[in-house]
Amino acid sequence: MTPLLIAQIVLTLFVFVMLLNSAAIMVYVERKVAALLQQRLGPYLVGPKGLLQPLADVIKLMFKEELRPRAADPLLFALAPMISATAAFAAFAVVPFGGETTLLGLLREPLRLQVADVNVAILVIFAIASMGVYGIVLAGWSSNSKYSLLGGLRSSAQMISYELSYGMALAAVLLIGNSLSLTDIVHRQAGTWFGFIPRWFIFLQPFGFVVFLTAGIAETNRAPFDFPEAEQELVAGYHTEYSSMSFAMFFLAEYINMVTVSAVATDLFLGGWQGPFAETIGWVWFLVKVAALLFFYVWMRWTLPRYRYDQLMAFGWKVLLPVSVVNLLVTAAGVLYFGL
Amino acid sequence: MTEAVAFYAFAAVAVVASLLVIAQRNPVYSVLLLIASFGALSGLYVLLEAPFVAVIQIIVYAGAIMVLFLFVVMLLNAPHEDTEYDERVHPLLRPGPMRFGASLALLLAGELWWALGRAGDSGRFPAGAVASVGAIGRSLFTDYAFAFEVTSILILVAMVGAVVLARRDPFDRSVVPQLEEEAQVASSFGAGGPAPPENRP
Repeated sequence: MTPLLIAQIVLTLFVFVMLLNSAAIMVYVERKVAALLQQRLGPYLVGPKGLLQPLADVIKLMFKEELRPRAADPLLFALAPMISATAAFAAFAVVPFGGETTLLGLLREPLRLQVADVNVAILVIFAIASMGVYGIVLAGWSSNSKYSLLGGLRSSAQMISYELSYGMALAAVLLIGNSLSLTDIVHRQAGTWFGFIPRWFIFLQPFGFVVFLTAGIAETNRAPFDFPEAEQELVAGYHTEYSSMSFAMFFLAEYINMVTVSAVATDLFLGGWQGPFAETIGWVWFLVKVAALLFFYVWMRWTLPRYRYDQLMAFGWKVLLPVSVVNLLVTAAGVLYFGL
Repeated sequence: MTEAVAFYAFAAVAVVASLLVIAQRNPVYSVLLLIASFGALSGLYVLLEAPFVAVIQIIVYAGAIMVLFLFVVMLLNAPHEDTEYDERVHPLLRPGPMRFGASLALLLAGELWWALGRAGDSGRFPAGAVASVGAIGRSLFTDYAFAFEVTSILILVAMVGAVVLARRDPFDRSVVPQLEEEAQVASSFGAGGPAPPENRP
């Protein structure tokens, strides 16, 4: 075992634990921001300023009874939350969150702040995201309940519709970045224009960024696109019949997917870990940008009401997709003629 | 060594999952096993150093196409394929399907024999042609441009056909929200879950 390999294993475990923690932090942030927007206090009893509230939530969930409807398909009912959670964790594996580091001279060779360096990283994320759909669809089907089935069907229809615009927005960035590797794309965003505008792709791809973020919210089933679990219509959608830790796994998957989408958007559009002193504190920049996007996510949820389902479909196919296709064509022409 | 182990593992999963797809009575399980088989194939592509093809296999086949399959199977809600008839005669033992299956199997065996016999002259296919996205794109839009365009027309025809088939009479119900449609689907197919409870022990 070389020191680099050990460091790599430690890094992998670290990312895993931090993803778990990020979900807990997001639960707290979500509740506090919601309270702020609705002029309430939010959690404040458990721990200082309610900071231990997520922990209390987890303990509560652990001690709940694990229920399974009699008519459910036992194997798939148990498998579905696992697929969701696994896909959520796996997608983050190829996301780079910092440059190379030697851990203050501890290692002889530099370590990349990324679990797996794949040269088709973006497509891998896309592929794993499409696997995550199965968790929701199977949960909906195997529960053997009307609400669950409708939630599952809605989610698959929604994800298929928005994946197209998502992919088109990605493709435009790939053209500018001239690579499928997220690390390369971040490296291409180093430096500034005119000395003060950072070379982030968001300035070259403003429409791409908006489409990516919108489709990303729809992909992660967050409000205003949270149809798979629309409470007023479907009780809780695809996870109506789930309780205890299997419900917690869906919950976890949703929050980790949010983190992943924000991290990918940061790498693609906001320059990843680029910023002043990126050599040493690049990961801090990365965290700040991801946190800003996550705040945006929460902000959207508590500001906008849910769409109607036909509006969602019409918006996806008649607005988002044409915009992203035109954006891709213009980008391709620009890259061809100006050689960006 | 590791590569050989990985190859046999992926190959075994692919073959076993594919066999189980047709041995399975529950269509939802069949779809899932087919996805597993596609996943194993994608692993084989990775071993062949074609990561792009591997990921595309997952995105297009295991992701997009199989979701639609699952969608349809769930909507049709057929937990067991025509069981009443099957209990008397297994479908594979009926004379018609047997002859058809046998001829297909012969054809497949012949193709395999032919392909394996030509395994030696692999020199015609340039190594690394599938390794990078750039190389794939270049050969797709130069050497195979005609095949590519013909395929795209085929897909366009299929799309137009699907739209024509699915089109509703415009005077029938013009702008009924999708919600209503969903509710009808749910009520006409029952709850849609795996199997009615009384069939369970």
